[in-house]
Amino acid sequence: MAKEKKGVRLEHISKIYKDPKTGKEFYAVKDANIFIEPGSFVTLLGPSGCGKTTTLRMIAGFESPDEGEIYLGDEPINALTPNKRDTAMVFQSYALLPHYNIFDNVAYGLKLRKMDKEVIKKKVTDILALVGLEGMENRMTNQLSGGQQQRVALARALVIEPGVLLFDEPLSNLDAKLRVSMRTEIRRIQQEAGITAIYVTHDQSEAMAISDKVIIMNKGIVEQISTPQDAYYYPNNQFVADFIGEANFLKGTVKGQDVVNISGSDVRCATGSIAVGSDCSVVLRPEGARLSDAGNIKVKVVYSCFMGSYQDYHVKVGDTLVKIQEYNPRNLKIYKVGDEAFLNFAENTLYAL
Amino acid sequence: MAKSQSASLDRKKLLGDPIMVTTIVVLIAFLTLFILYPLAILLVDSVVGGSDPDLSVFERIRRSGLTLDVFKRIMGLSNFRKAITNTLKVGFVVGIASALIGLLFAYVEEYVKLKTKFMGGLFKVVSMLPVVSPPFVLSLSMIMLFGKAGLITRYLFKIYDNSVYGFWGIVVVQTLTFFPVCYMMLKGLLKNIDPSLEEAARDMGASRFKVFMTVTFPLILPGLGNAFLVTFIESIADFANPMIIGGSYDTLATTIYLQITGAYDKQGAAAMAVVLLLITLFMFAIQKYYLERKSTATLSGKASRARMLITDKSVTIPLSIMCSALALFVIMMYVCVPFGALFKTWGFDFHLTFKWFGLVFTKYKGFKAFKDSFVLSLIAAPITALLSMIISYLVVKRKFVGKGFIEAVSMLAMAVPGTVLGIGYIRGFARGLFGTDILKGIYGTGLILVIVFVVRSLPTGTRSGISALRQIDKSIEESAYDMGADSLRVFMTVTLPLIKDSFLSGFVTAFVRSITAISAIILLVTPSYLLITVQINEFAEKGSYGIACAFATILIVITYGSVLLMNWVIKRFGTSRQVKVKEEP
Repeated sequence: MAKEKKGVRLEHISKIYKDPKTGKEFYAVKDANIFIEPGSFVTLLGPSGCGKTTTLRMIAGFESPDEGEIYLGDEPINALTPNKRDTAMVFQSYALLPHYNIFDNVAYGLKLRKMDKEVIKKKVTDILALVGLEGMENRMTNQLSGGQQQRVALARALVIEPGVLLFDEPLSNLDAKLRVSMRTEIRRIQQEAGITAIYVTHDQSEAMAISDKVIIMNKGIVEQISTPQDAYYYPNNQFVADFIGEANFLKGTVKGQDVVNISGSDVRCATGSIAVGSDCSVVLRPEGARLSDAGNIKVKVVYSCFMGSYQDYHVKVGDTLVKIQEYNPRNLKIYKVGDEAFLNFAENTLYAL
Repeated sequence: MAKSQSASLDRKKLLGDPIMVTTIVVLIAFLTLFILYPLAILLVDSVVGGSDPDLSVFERIRRSGLTLDVFKRIMGLSNFRKAITNTLKVGFVVGIASALIGLLFAYVEEYVKLKTKFMGGLFKVVSMLPVVSPPFVLSLSMIMLFGKAGLITRYLFKIYDNSVYGFWGIVVVQTLTFFPVCYMMLKGLLKNIDPSLEEAARDMGASRFKVFMTVTFPLILPGLGNAFLVTFIESIADFANPMIIGGSYDTLATTIYLQITGAYDKQGAAAMAVVLLLITLFMFAIQKYYLERKSTATLSGKASRARMLITDKSVTIPLSIMCSALALFVIMMYVCVPFGALFKTWGFDFHLTFKWFGLVFTKYKGFKAFKDSFVLSLIAAPITALLSMIISYLVVKRKFVGKGFIEAVSMLAMAVPGTVLGIGYIRGFARGLFGTDILKGIYGTGLILVIVFVVRSLPTGTRSGISALRQIDKSIEESAYDMGADSLRVFMTVTLPLIKDSFLSGFVTAFVRSITAISAIILLVTPSYLLITVQINEFAEKGSYGIACAFATILIVITYGSVLLMNWVIKRFGTSRQVKVKEEP
């Protein structure tokens, strides 16, 4: 698939919708500035109603932005209809053409491009092999399982060699196991094809597993654009911290560069540019602390449950409830509800907001 | 906040799609020219002073100004005032009777255990009848069974002077014609009532009758009102039955017809048509914007599980007998028509003969009549089907300026009685647009007949297309669009194949409606075209029932044959099984 990879640039993109009930206008997407590098896999992530699908549909051309300009490569594409844009979308509901067989579904876009019959045949066969559906050309779409239909949808989008591949929650109709294997598959195919991909999901583990970068959105606003690791370790705000993985927020005061006082004891914690003396909220991941009989921060266990790979605790630090997960609990002391213990943070785990 | 950028971008995208733009422009022009304009011209025509036929409307307005004289004049006609009360009376009685009989049938079908296959068959036939029935077939058989020479009145009961003409004749015939529509509407509603509601009431100690009165009936009351109004509109718009069986009992539709064909008072007829149109529009507005919404809102969702059918013999036997008797009666009336064409002289000489059929084809140019009707309907049917699918596609799947207009006008056509449309075309096209000789050429041609056929069937087709398209996930079309197909390709390769069934049934419905149409056509047809329905009407009015029946029999055979053919084609080539039903995310 030797084709020029294209980047996507959104400059000050806003989309306004009208609430059908109240008639009030609101921003579905507000002032989004996004740059997606050529060849990268980027995920738009957020809870439902955050504007991620709207953003994707604006890139595809199904919706028109109210403010700003979208560029595909260097070309502004605001005024182009979806059929004139060098994008291909994989839909949530697969959207296969039910009156065509698999071959014709995949060949649809190629036929529109008036390609030679033999070329079409070769391309379709190749792409079906890539997605693992060789020999299924003559099946009808309703003879396929959900996962297979998803592969056809992917093959159909890939075969036209678009500048950008768009995914709209493509795995949400599949069962949990299949979802996991399909997402690795999608990632593999994207890398092999070397294509720019924009992927919408509300499932943060899916986003982490698949993306070079995640774009986290909330209520129409882009909260953070970063690698999955940075989003996890250095979230921009509480929303991101809470949405990506699980997070506890401890109240603290900044004592000095990378020193924060929590419940009367000073601990090491990345403070970034927060001024000394100001109050802050410290992000603690559940796996970032252990309970033991010695330490500085005293806690009370209010919940303790064996989960197999880890022991799940809820403990109270003052008034704040903190969730702790201790992995490989077999070799550890197990605290019961009502026990007192001390909280010990692992190296390099705390991050102040 | 300003939505201006997206609006202008959407406009730009639309303009970048010349086929779409052309389609929309042509559609809007068509709807304006052939639905809105004829209605508007009626209104203008009846308030403009002066009646010099050689002047354009504009010229008449300039010279004589606006006046209500025409309305004053027609309201002064006692036969017109009488026609208004007559029409409303008939509509009211027919509406109530049809809704109740329809309810009876629907209730028996949904709630009562029907023992025999025979009963099920009867119900099916009854629901099919309105589809294949040409107008005034029932009027014909009513006269032949209950009239002066009626089989039942004269030979069974020895009554020699029974008159079927007039109020009761119209009421009986219209009720029998329209109640199947109510039956089908109410059946759908009853099916959607969750049986647990009624079971809960039974469980608390209510008797069956009490449950019906306090639970079922209130739930379907809006639907019943809806059925009443739909029938009411059909009844007051009906031209053929009052024409044949009305006798001296004139309704608005027949009065308007007589005003133009008998009194040659085109302006008066236009004003009368405006009155009739206002009545139907008013009813239509209530039905569309109040009852239709309400009747579906109360009954949302599907029944959670199957209903326990009533098996109690004291309920099932009387209800089954009532329904069977009515159904058999209706069927008998239809059967009567071919026999009317086979007896030598109805009521006197019951020897079988092919004389009438022979006469149809020899003396009365039967071949030409069937050819003309058939060919014109066959031209109109695909145009109607395609047009209604395009309209549904635009209405359901696209957004653009003028969409509301297209939807509203194509639905409006449903409320326009054929007679009104016919007068509108006469006034609007006989002397060209606004009396300026533009487009005058189409008047009196087959083209205008085809256009009338199309306009008359468009709303039904559009409605079925819209409901079919709503079932289809919009991302299927979006995906094709996204792959690089333009609007025309999306429509031809995706939309149309997916709603093939709706298209085919729209095709046949349009064909059947066109070949059996009379009300608008009878005002516009010229001697160069012989249409079957017009022939039947003519001979029935003259009292030549043998000929009328022979024509009608062949017409029934054609329509029934096309319906059978359609069902076969849909079964053979239909796609509905594969169509992906919309999935909620």
